[in-house]
Amino acid sequence: MSRWVNLAAALSLTLAAPALAQSAKPHNYGIGTPATPQQIAGWNIDVRPDGEGLPPGKGSVKDGEKLYLERCAACHGEFGESAGRWPQLAQGKGTLASNDPVKTVGSYFPYASSVFDYVRHAMPFGDAQSLTNDELYAVVAFVLNLNDIVDDKFVLSKETWNQVKMPNVDGFYNDDRETTEKAFWNKSPCMKDCRAPVKITGHASVIDVTPDDKTARKGGVE
Amino acid sequence: MTDKTDAPRPSRRRFLTGAAGLVAAGAAGAVHADDANLPPNVAPWSKTLGDGVAVRPYGHPSKFEKDVIRRDVQWLTATRESSVSFTPLHELDGIITPNGLCFERHHGGIAEIDPADYRLMIHGLVDKPLIFTLEDLKRLPRVNRIYFLECAANSGMEWRGAQLNGCQYTHGMIHSVMYTGVPLKLLLDQVGVKPNGKWLLVEGGDASGLDRSLPMEKALDDCLIAYRMNGEMLRPEQGYPVRLVVPGWQGNIWIKWLRRIEVGDQPWYTREETSKYTDLMPNGKARKFTFVMDAKSVITSPSPQAPIKKKGFLVISGLAWSGRGKIARVDVSLDGGRNWRAAKIDGPVLDKSLVRFYAETEWNGEPLLLQSRAMDDTGYVQPSKNDLRAIRGVNSIYHNNGIQTWSVKANGEVENVEVG
Repeated sequence: MSRWVNLAAALSLTLAAPALAQSAKPHNYGIGTPATPQQIAGWNIDVRPDGEGLPPGKGSVKDGEKLYLERCAACHGEFGESAGRWPQLAQGKGTLASNDPVKTVGSYFPYASSVFDYVRHAMPFGDAQSLTNDELYAVVAFVLNLNDIVDDKFVLSKETWNQVKMPNVDGFYNDDRETTEKAFWNKSPCMKDCRAPVKITGHASVIDVTPDDKTARKGGVE
Repeated sequence: MTDKTDAPRPSRRRFLTGAAGLVAAGAAGAVHADDANLPPNVAPWSKTLGDGVAVRPYGHPSKFEKDVIRRDVQWLTATRESSVSFTPLHELDGIITPNGLCFERHHGGIAEIDPADYRLMIHGLVDKPLIFTLEDLKRLPRVNRIYFLECAANSGMEWRGAQLNGCQYTHGMIHSVMYTGVPLKLLLDQVGVKPNGKWLLVEGGDASGLDRSLPMEKALDDCLIAYRMNGEMLRPEQGYPVRLVVPGWQGNIWIKWLRRIEVGDQPWYTREETSKYTDLMPNGKARKFTFVMDAKSVITSPSPQAPIKKKGFLVISGLAWSGRGKIARVDVSLDGGRNWRAAKIDGPVLDKSLVRFYAETEWNGEPLLLQSRAMDDTGYVQPSKNDLRAIRGVNSIYHNNGIQTWSVKANGEVENVEVG
């Protein structure tokens, strides 16, 4: 190995034909330690829509209800209706195109894995990664039941995973801004008399929700 | 010595009555000088010794700058551990955000990680899964890049109309620093990505374990595994000791306290990229994976928190940025978008970085409707808020890059308004 790794790489790019440059293998710095299967298993807690990543275990709606009332209801409400400003988990079906969309597991989440993976990473809030696998399955089963996605007798596990059908699974499409908002690309935007005289149609002062912190305002323009 | 910035200031409600004239606003906003310190007199700091070296081993701003701070809006969220604070854009100039003023967005509070116990694991569809210590990462070749980081929800409270009175609150979920770090491509080369590796799961080590799916193409293009900002180690609020840098893309995917990267063949559809960070459209369907931050700008001064104090010569100052490339031009309007003129850009114009612009004018108490309009080198022009709403409705929360209007009143006060 050359003492001057970058210089050597730069020279080979300069001198070599393109075909040779493409075949160049990435430099191995010999830094980093192999990750063992045990180490990976301890941290690899993500779950995909197809069930890849689901742990062993199972949990019933019935067991989940008990756990939910103990660990979740204080913030999310007994029926998933939310307490205060914490996320609402249930209801909201048919509201997405309205003036007041309510995004919940039942009305908005596309996959059960989006719930399972999140609870496994982050819930209960302030006591993350404390639930056993069976408890995870149970509490997710109960939240699905709150949304009428599974019945009272349902037991969630790797084996029953594919039986869960989320109502809004077809509610999403890929970013299409470059086609649907093509009009925003314009090499010579208008500079003069671009519109009729302007009227003020709304005032932030009328809404009056800005924090009343006098120190937030400086003396003036510099 | 008294702290002159403690001088009483007019309350927001008082100036909004419109009763306060320029004199009153000026008097309250002006710095009251002490004649004893002004020529021909000689001030005490010219006569007596000050603190010696290393008395302030880690320097702080002058005590007279104590109001230059991040602020939050408490009604926005249920708890401060999962919330946001805003950069005081109206107090800053140039394009670099001081580390202690960079806005914060946490989902499980600030993780305090002992660098000796920091580990980054890379596994999945790779030839050789590896674990890197912080020392390992620091031994690798590194690069320095200045990028803006904007939360996709920046200006999200303004979709239905002018709501918050201050650019700190309307546009303060953005910052810009120089990162030092290892190209993600270099690290992926070390583990050897298998041919079917098309997506990465990137995951934080904090109590929210925030995880997102990152397309391989972007990872190999310009992403960094950063451990320094503006030369020093990352602040805890910004992911100490290691965060992901995803230039031009929404802040949510710039994972802080990065602990794990898994290579896969498809996206994971985590909660943060389904229930959050998807853009609900008027028909009830939602755009997903809207990573790129479109071109945007805002006048930071004058603005509601930085009213005009004096008639006469006035420098209008602001920031522009684009997640698609470099800023090509910024236009400024004084009449709510009827007529525009090109602003002067000063300082570096870098890829996916903040740009500082200025426009000079004379102001003699006439009402103004100030706007700025950014263009990037792809030809994208920042749209009006109403042009955005015509396509996206008002329910999408994220990606509000519409043109901001500040109304300047005869007394120099400035208000966030909507125009039609």
